[in-house]
Amino acid sequence: MSGGATVERVTGEVIIAVEGVSLAFGGVKALSDVSFDVREHEVRAIIGPNGAGKSSMLNVINGVYHPQRGTIRLKMDGTLREFHDMDPHEVALSGIARTFQNLALFKGMSVLDNIMTGRNLRMHSNILLQALRLGPAAKEEIEHREAVERIIDFLEIQAWRKTPVGRLPYGLQKRVDLGRALALEPSVLLLDEPMAGMNVEEKQDMCRFILDVNDHFGTTIVLIEHDMSVVMDISDRVVVLDYGRKIGDGTPDEVRGNQAVIDAYLGVSH
Amino acid sequence: MPVDIGTLDTFPKLLAHHSQVRGTLAAIREKDLGVWQTWSWGRFADEVRALACGLAAHGLDHGAHLAIVGDNRPRLYAAMCAAQCLGAVPVPLYQDAIATEIAFPIQDAEIGFAMAEDQEQVDKLLEILPQCPSLKRIYFDDPRGLRNYPQEALTSYEKLQDAGRAFDAANPGFFDGIVARGVGSDAAAMFFTSGTTGNPKGVVLTHTALIDRAHAAAQMEGLSDSDVVLAYLPPAWIGQNIFSYAQPFVTGYCICCPESAETVMADMREIGPTYYFAPPRVLEALLTTVSIRMEDAGTFKRKMYLYFMEVAKRVGARILDGQSVDAGDRLLYRLGDILVYGPLRNVLGMSRVRVAYTAGEAIGPDLFVFYRSIGINLKQLYGSTETSVFVCIQPNGQVKSDTVGPAVPGVELKFTPQRELLIRSPGLFREYYKNPQATADAKDAEGWFHTGDAGYFDPDGHLKIIDRVKDVGALTDGTLFAPKYIENKLKFFPYIKEAVAFGDARDRACVFINFDMEAVGNWAERNNLPYAGYVDLASRDEVYQLVGDCIAKVNLDLSQDPELANSQIHRFLILHKELDADDGELTRTRKVRRGYIGERYQSLVEALYAGRQSVHVEAQVRYEDGRTGSISADLKIRDAKTFPVAAAKRAA
Repeated sequence: MSGGATVERVTGEVIIAVEGVSLAFGGVKALSDVSFDVREHEVRAIIGPNGAGKSSMLNVINGVYHPQRGTIRLKMDGTLREFHDMDPHEVALSGIARTFQNLALFKGMSVLDNIMTGRNLRMHSNILLQALRLGPAAKEEIEHREAVERIIDFLEIQAWRKTPVGRLPYGLQKRVDLGRALALEPSVLLLDEPMAGMNVEEKQDMCRFILDVNDHFGTTIVLIEHDMSVVMDISDRVVVLDYGRKIGDGTPDEVRGNQAVIDAYLGVSH
Repeated sequence: MPVDIGTLDTFPKLLAHHSQVRGTLAAIREKDLGVWQTWSWGRFADEVRALACGLAAHGLDHGAHLAIVGDNRPRLYAAMCAAQCLGAVPVPLYQDAIATEIAFPIQDAEIGFAMAEDQEQVDKLLEILPQCPSLKRIYFDDPRGLRNYPQEALTSYEKLQDAGRAFDAANPGFFDGIVARGVGSDAAAMFFTSGTTGNPKGVVLTHTALIDRAHAAAQMEGLSDSDVVLAYLPPAWIGQNIFSYAQPFVTGYCICCPESAETVMADMREIGPTYYFAPPRVLEALLTTVSIRMEDAGTFKRKMYLYFMEVAKRVGARILDGQSVDAGDRLLYRLGDILVYGPLRNVLGMSRVRVAYTAGEAIGPDLFVFYRSIGINLKQLYGSTETSVFVCIQPNGQVKSDTVGPAVPGVELKFTPQRELLIRSPGLFREYYKNPQATADAKDAEGWFHTGDAGYFDPDGHLKIIDRVKDVGALTDGTLFAPKYIENKLKFFPYIKEAVAFGDARDRACVFINFDMEAVGNWAERNNLPYAGYVDLASRDEVYQLVGDCIAKVNLDLSQDPELANSQIHRFLILHKELDADDGELTRTRKVRRGYIGERYQSLVEALYAGRQSVHVEAQVRYEDGRTGSISADLKIRDAKTFPVAAAKRAA
């Protein structure tokens, strides 16, 4: 924002609390005793070298993996509540949406339809009414279409509304993926490497969209990212993982000065 | 139904008229959230009223300026009219200009108020705020991303309107009174010309000038409130402003704002405009898209396309001009219309186009004829910011590819002895803002505007623009020599990339040629001509033959024109290297620097005129990494085929 709008960042109460989480696949320890929290309205980054357990951490929050030890508490109806063994469907219903590192879009479907699938959880009329577009279903569809159009407008992808996703360049597909997650109207958005494989310009665009989502909808953002300059620029707080352990936690400046983090990234002689 | 521009002499009065006469008809549409949202003339008038009162409450006075920065948006057009209601002058600025470019007009006109489209434009204005102390208020249309901007200067469009409605309620009669007090001689808008040298100049146009020209052209083409226009070029450019503001205000037609720059093609198909403007480069890009897609089509479709395009080329333009064509061809053309031309027009979004214009630069005859032959009534016009656009328009049925038509009613044209075109018209600008010297230089005491363009009338009385006056010279026998005209004719051939014509103060015209490596390389492959690169091809007799054929066609063309027949190209050579901006031979916008090239390659020019068959050349070249090297080669020089002057042809 070259206009120099300096905005005081306001973050709220803890919305996700991860406490002592350990996750192992057989003998492989993906996460061991990781604790951190995410506050309402913040941009929270999870960083770490390859294989540090970042995606596993996201999958734990997302309900894809169930940790062997530790608890995860989510804020629901105003209070933090512990949950066990929630599956992704239930997590999504509780207001947490995500995007994927390797994109999981329907390649043959248009941008519009892909984003519309994100509305699926919010559709209430039964499948028969939907198929026949009868009464309430038609009305509902118009409402959902409007919500989708707002997202298309927000992400500036009007020109590709009816283009099959498979024909779009990678950077745009990432944007569609974000659009589909937004369609859920989530309170928390988990982004798995939203900037991977993008050129500088696409990265800048994506940063702007993430910050806009955070600002405009008040969505809490948890993101995994490799590009340090991006992380340092847009996050409020950063968690650093290495070999499944948390080695740093704090504001970008604090993390930058943390000796353990520097060692993990630059290597250290033993 | 024509409006009475005698009493409705300002844009706000015209708006009031339309909101009464056709209050429910569509005035402006914008695609938003995937749906075309419509403002009727009545709604448009309401929006303008609230805005104007808001601006008045904030202190925008008669004669002050309101900058408008953004794309084609209904609210920005409403702001334009709102400023005019108060006797203030809207100054549309290019939305893709960088911040420093916007600063000059704002400082120059001491602009106090600005209407910006979105965050991008607001950021630019805030960036230059320290250099522009006059700028007090910035309004914005789209609030996205601006929610947390603390600057006091910022006000949203809605807040401005709220202030306006309150002001209107507290001061009943204010709005109607101030609109009624406006007169046609007030300044209606100021457009900044790009200004290739020095700072841009603000061209001040009055209501009378814009309305008169918009009206004259609308009358000529029979425009009505059933017409539809897609507004897709920058509104800071006078042309777009005429088509999407002045003319709809005169005729009551509807303009449509595309969703974004990328969706123009799709939006055009949805809207189906009836009245269309495109500069040649846009038309060329569209044709390229079509050609590429046809090459990817199946054999049957491609053959059908090629066959019917041949038919169209033969008779299409003549049918459009209402000339007689034999029954067989007519039938064939009708079949082609069903199979090819109709679907093609549909893809281009031009199914409903009644009148289409092109202008701005010379258009290649093939390109021009392509559109006309598939039944699109594409015509050329001539004009500039200083003349409120319409000076010449080609009337239906009298369309030629190399003239711009006769003067539009109301315009007087004459030439100086140096062949500079002078214009006197009710549409002329009032002045260059705060620049009496430039105004006096451009507009003489009798009101003639000096265009700087050289040209003449062809035997049918159509204006033909050939070059800028300062570039036009004469052969030793006194024949007019217009280098750019000749060069353009050559460059219309796909094989020729650049041409440099010499002839001023010489006995005949000669040219240097750069061929188009891609086109000629492709041609060489198809003709089994192995080659190593540009320098190799440039020395081939086959390539000389190819280029010579192009030049012969240009000469044939020139021989038809009594004014220029003697400036046929007598000799030519193909340069051993491509002209390059890095070597100073071209400007950054790829215009040839004729004088510099003439000096640099003086030995080549002398060889052309000395009648030699070849010349040895050594030249310094600068590579892209900054190193310099030299190329040496023996260049061939060939004579071109020339034709006797066909002076008697017209008499028949």
